[in-house]
Amino acid sequence: MKTLADLKKIREKAQEDMKLRGGNVRIKIVVGMGTSGIAMGAREVMKTFLEEIAARNLSDVLVTQTGEKGLSSMEPVVDLIEEGKPKVTYGNMNPDKVKKVVVEHIVNGRVVSDYAVATGD
Amino acid sequence: MSLKHIDLLICCGSGCISAGALKIKERFHEVLKKHHATNEVNIIETGCMGPCDFGPVMVIYPEGIFYKHVTPDDVEEIVSEHFIKGRPVTRLMLQEEEKTFAVKQDVPFYQKQIKVALENCGYINPESLDEYIATGGYEALGTVLTQKTPQDVVDEMKASGLRGRGGGGFPTYIKWQMVHDNKADQKYIICNADEGDPGAFMDRSLLEGDPHRILEGMMIGAYAMGASEGFFYIRAEYPLAIKRIKMAIAQAKDMGLMGENIFDSGFSFDAEVRTGAGAFVCGEETALIHSIEGERGNPTPKPPYPALQGLWGKPTVVNNVETFGNIPTIFRKGAKWFSSMGTEKSPGTKVFALTGDIKNTGLVEVPMGTTLRELIFDVGGGMIGDHKFKAVQLGGPSGGCLTVEHLDTGVDYESLKERGSMMGSGGVIVMNEEKCMVNVAKFFMDFCVEESCGKCSPCRIGLKQMLAILDRITSGYGREGDIEELQRLGESISKLSLCGLGQTAPNPVLSTIRYFRDEYEAHIRDRSCSTKVCKDLMHFQIDKDKCIGCSLCARNCPAHCITGSREEKYLIHQVECIKCGNCFDVCPVKAIDKVPGIHPDTVAHRAELSKAVNHYEDL
Repeated sequence: MKTLADLKKIREKAQEDMKLRGGNVRIKIVVGMGTSGIAMGAREVMKTFLEEIAARNLSDVLVTQTGEKGLSSMEPVVDLIEEGKPKVTYGNMNPDKVKKVVVEHIVNGRVVSDYAVATGD
Repeated sequence: MSLKHIDLLICCGSGCISAGALKIKERFHEVLKKHHATNEVNIIETGCMGPCDFGPVMVIYPEGIFYKHVTPDDVEEIVSEHFIKGRPVTRLMLQEEEKTFAVKQDVPFYQKQIKVALENCGYINPESLDEYIATGGYEALGTVLTQKTPQDVVDEMKASGLRGRGGGGFPTYIKWQMVHDNKADQKYIICNADEGDPGAFMDRSLLEGDPHRILEGMMIGAYAMGASEGFFYIRAEYPLAIKRIKMAIAQAKDMGLMGENIFDSGFSFDAEVRTGAGAFVCGEETALIHSIEGERGNPTPKPPYPALQGLWGKPTVVNNVETFGNIPTIFRKGAKWFSSMGTEKSPGTKVFALTGDIKNTGLVEVPMGTTLRELIFDVGGGMIGDHKFKAVQLGGPSGGCLTVEHLDTGVDYESLKERGSMMGSGGVIVMNEEKCMVNVAKFFMDFCVEESCGKCSPCRIGLKQMLAILDRITSGYGREGDIEELQRLGESISKLSLCGLGQTAPNPVLSTIRYFRDEYEAHIRDRSCSTKVCKDLMHFQIDKDKCIGCSLCARNCPAHCITGSREEKYLIHQVECIKCGNCFDVCPVKAIDKVPGIHPDTVAHRAELSKAVNHYEDL
């Protein structure tokens, strides 16, 4: 290490590793992991999100989980929360749909209206 | 590919470790393996999070959920409910007055705190250089080395107004300027981590929780004054702090942040660790320097100041751990930002170790000028149980106690000194009405007598005399004039002692006399300790009306001085009683009372004894 730029490079990589503890998060994905969600495959859905995000190196996206969301008939349910935009809720998710949401919504910024079951709070 | 979506931060400060944090960590590894979830959770050991009383504590990100008093048995539930199903375990959260505080930021303990030196403590893995860099670490060093001259650095320190956090409150920039101006072939910088005050653990927590920050602070100082070598003087009782700082030095060297020609600036620096053998006096800078030189850790008169003739006769700066801990942030955020906190004469924040009879004991950092009331009742959560606040001892054995009337005093160097106490290194011992102030003064005096190095006579002989007087006051042989004698001795010892130890050692006695003179008088005149702490000035008594004659007390008395029967009830023979308190503890009907004052039987016995002694001496 010889310059401030070298240090900055290390810092950016390290911040990426620490993003769960806060920092620069553009989109937060909240997966409903209640009993019915898990029964309908919420864990698979969450895993696919994590894999897709890692594969595409999307450093400003955070995946987190929550309990029952009250939409049992549409499980697995996922919220996408983006700074300054209304929350989008996707229902009846599965790994294939996840891949599409990642590409369309997270990368290209277009809500996948076919899967969306609600918008706003 | 990383599937990690949870950061589990387990507090591994010494407090939580002794409460079982490491066992909990092991259990997490086991349970996660069982649930095939090891690749979903980062388990991170952090430094002290602060609320030691809640230990073991942990914080779970991304939500920032705060759990307290976790046991290995709770791990299964945390993993299966929170980690797998996303349902945080409410019963492990902090609950006060029917309110649940789920997230760390909401916990009242953290509300009034502003963390500068402790910024990363409990947030990063102290053994990871990367995590320190992620929080902006070494950016200050890089900027200073590449863009500022040493004089710029000293000027910035002057603008920040940072004062030595070891207790004296000497402006840091003055020391730096002196060494900077002094031309020499070799200069040294020393980090004083010989924290010895009873009840103080600020420096230890900083070194354990964020070692790179201290190292960076030291290197900025070294650059400012032109020192190429540094020493960490850490007491041997802090093995984890020693390990962590050694590890930090090795990591920094590996990455080229330390060693030759750092940041291509031509500045080279190396540091090593020296361990202290546990002498309190080695916290005094000249004694510390002699200890590093391999000499006996005795202080020497100043001048010459270490800034002119220090380690091996070379210009040397000795700064406290917390002082270094503030420096990287000052250079990252600017002197103006730093001096906007705290008071005009004491800018910035101060770390305190809160202990004693309060609810939230632990490590806290508040802006200077925060009142004692806020510190004790808001951050500290107030007194345990229904007890009343009586006094607070600041600055350990060198400081003094303050009382209820001082609760609205802002904590800064000057206002504490005016009231007969001092900032000291930051130990805060809170006492309730059950504490005897004469006994407290005796405890600290006893400590200073033990720790006096013996070099100068006021400290060696004077303190011993003060202790002897306190000893006789607390054992019922106090005399009229003892209080005045203590004051006379204390004032002369303060004026005449060679180093800080002797100069400040009488403070606890002088301040307790100042604020609790009536207690001293009661001990001397009435031979009575109203708090029933001084064993010689209280006695146990059995209430015959309550006694059921069960004989438990008699059977548990190691001195066999309780006799009686079911019909006649039981009686303590006062002369033989050793005041162990066994009877008091075992009595099923609470028929035994602690009574202030010496029992008449004991008084008569003492009189007889002294008559016999006089008679013997006459022969």
